[in-house]
Amino acid sequence: MQGTRRNRWTGLAYVAPALVFVLVFTVYPLGRMIWMSLHEWSLIAEPHFIGLDNFRRAFGDQQFWTSFRFTLMYTVLITPVLIVGGYLLALLTAPPSRVRAVTRTVIFVPVVIGLGVSSLLWYWLFSTDFGVINRILLDLGVIDQPVLWLGVDAGTSNFAISTSVVWKVIGFGMILFVGAIQAIPTEITESSLVDGAGYRQRVTRVVLPLTMRTVLLVTLLSVIGSLLAFDQFYIMTAGQPQNETATSVFFVYLNSFPYLRLGYGAALSLILAVTILAFTIVQLVLTRRSES
Amino acid sequence: MTARTGYLVTAACVAISTVMLLPLVYSMLASIKPTAEAAATPPTYLPHGVSLDSYRRLWDYQEGLLTYLGNSFGTALLTIVFTLLLTVPAGYGLSRFPVPGREVIFVVLLLALIIPYQALLTPMFLMFARVGLTNSLAGLAVLHTSIQLPFSLYILRNTFAAVPREIEEAAVMDGAGSLQILLRVFLPPTVPAVVTVTLFAFITSWNEFLGALVMMSSSAKFTLPVILATARTETSLGGTDWGMLQAGVTISVIPCVLVYLLLQRYYMAGLMSGAVK
Repeated sequence: MQGTRRNRWTGLAYVAPALVFVLVFTVYPLGRMIWMSLHEWSLIAEPHFIGLDNFRRAFGDQQFWTSFRFTLMYTVLITPVLIVGGYLLALLTAPPSRVRAVTRTVIFVPVVIGLGVSSLLWYWLFSTDFGVINRILLDLGVIDQPVLWLGVDAGTSNFAISTSVVWKVIGFGMILFVGAIQAIPTEITESSLVDGAGYRQRVTRVVLPLTMRTVLLVTLLSVIGSLLAFDQFYIMTAGQPQNETATSVFFVYLNSFPYLRLGYGAALSLILAVTILAFTIVQLVLTRRSES
Repeated sequence: MTARTGYLVTAACVAISTVMLLPLVYSMLASIKPTAEAAATPPTYLPHGVSLDSYRRLWDYQEGLLTYLGNSFGTALLTIVFTLLLTVPAGYGLSRFPVPGREVIFVVLLLALIIPYQALLTPMFLMFARVGLTNSLAGLAVLHTSIQLPFSLYILRNTFAAVPREIEEAAVMDGAGSLQILLRVFLPPTVPAVVTVTLFAFITSWNEFLGALVMMSSSAKFTLPVILATARTETSLGGTDWGMLQAGVTISVIPCVLVYLLLQRYYMAGLMSGAVK
């Protein structure tokens, strides 16, 4: 018994630094954020308690809805491309072969580079006068004058940014799908071959159902990533035109830092965090259901 | 598989690989264009000459490239050190000891995993400002560690839990203390997981943008992505210096790609163990 008790405290001693770190740098800020969201605070003046006014203000704020709607629209546009595209790439590169393995490695390369840096790269590729994309389209005769891709029209901006993000992250979903596809026992795929199933049937009836869990997981991760989009919009459009391409995180950033509306910024953060939590819970429920 | 499908697969693979690599290769080519060509409208497809002018301008940009490289490497290194110092012992503790309050600890960690750091930036900033951790590389590394910690701990705990008990028992018989057991018995077979955690901490810190943008106020403390983002908006006489920007992109991309290609196996293993719960 003596030994066990010593063990318990020895164990706690090993865990304590990490635990204290998480309590100080995640749990405390979370509590502080909730507290801030209930206050009016401009950093210069003392914070004063205003209850739920910040939340009421958010829901009546035209800018908040614009950013929220834009973020949702971006999420809804990009997620299917990432899931379907990632899955097709996984089907292509999952079977064992040298060429496929090299391709898989290449597709994954953009995943490891920074989103900020890849956005700078694409900011240049899509630039009106100096970008190669306009040059190619002009040379091919698709357009007869340079397109103003970024920061003038919300639609073309969204298209250009989505293209860059698909390039940057499609390999992430692909790799997880490859893992799931390769984990399917070979007997199952073989027996479906014996039953005379064609490739398309095998994919839709066997492979897809058996990897559904991963499809749900990648969907959740893509949705969360898109809801938290910031770097690409900050760099490629800076929210232009007229903050039409300011995402939710961008809007939180603007209010909290340049505008110093600390209480309001915290309330906005909280709305964002709760939205993400809701998506996570939905995903957990769906995963449970797909298993039972 | 018939020969025809074989050719089709190969063709598709080559086409896709080309599309994925082209932007990076084109950026690298642009970074070695002579100054006048780098600013040409319309842009040339291939460089008509090789010059290191863009790199020279980047070298001297504001505080100098070395400062920014140093900031980025310094922050990434500190992030790695903090992450390992915190998660290796914690992973060991959680996997092998009946720690009091385990369930509560797991809930706290799960919470930390789900709450995005982007949502916690304002309170973090205020907290850091009070203790002088804003505009400091160590402060930024603390922020990056907080992003990386839950995932790293999760990987290490699972790896430590998979170490066979027999090896440990033999060491206990020999009278080894728990710390000795961690260092001599647990670490050697779990080196791959430790490498994975190191790799992820490096890539997260090296690439992180929003936190670095918010936390650093003087340009001497900027990390590479932040200084490049400011270089983008530079609209002095000639407008944006596109050649220099592409030199910056090339320099930022190289360490990540190199580390990934060299340690691919660990990276993939980490991703799988993190995702497939």
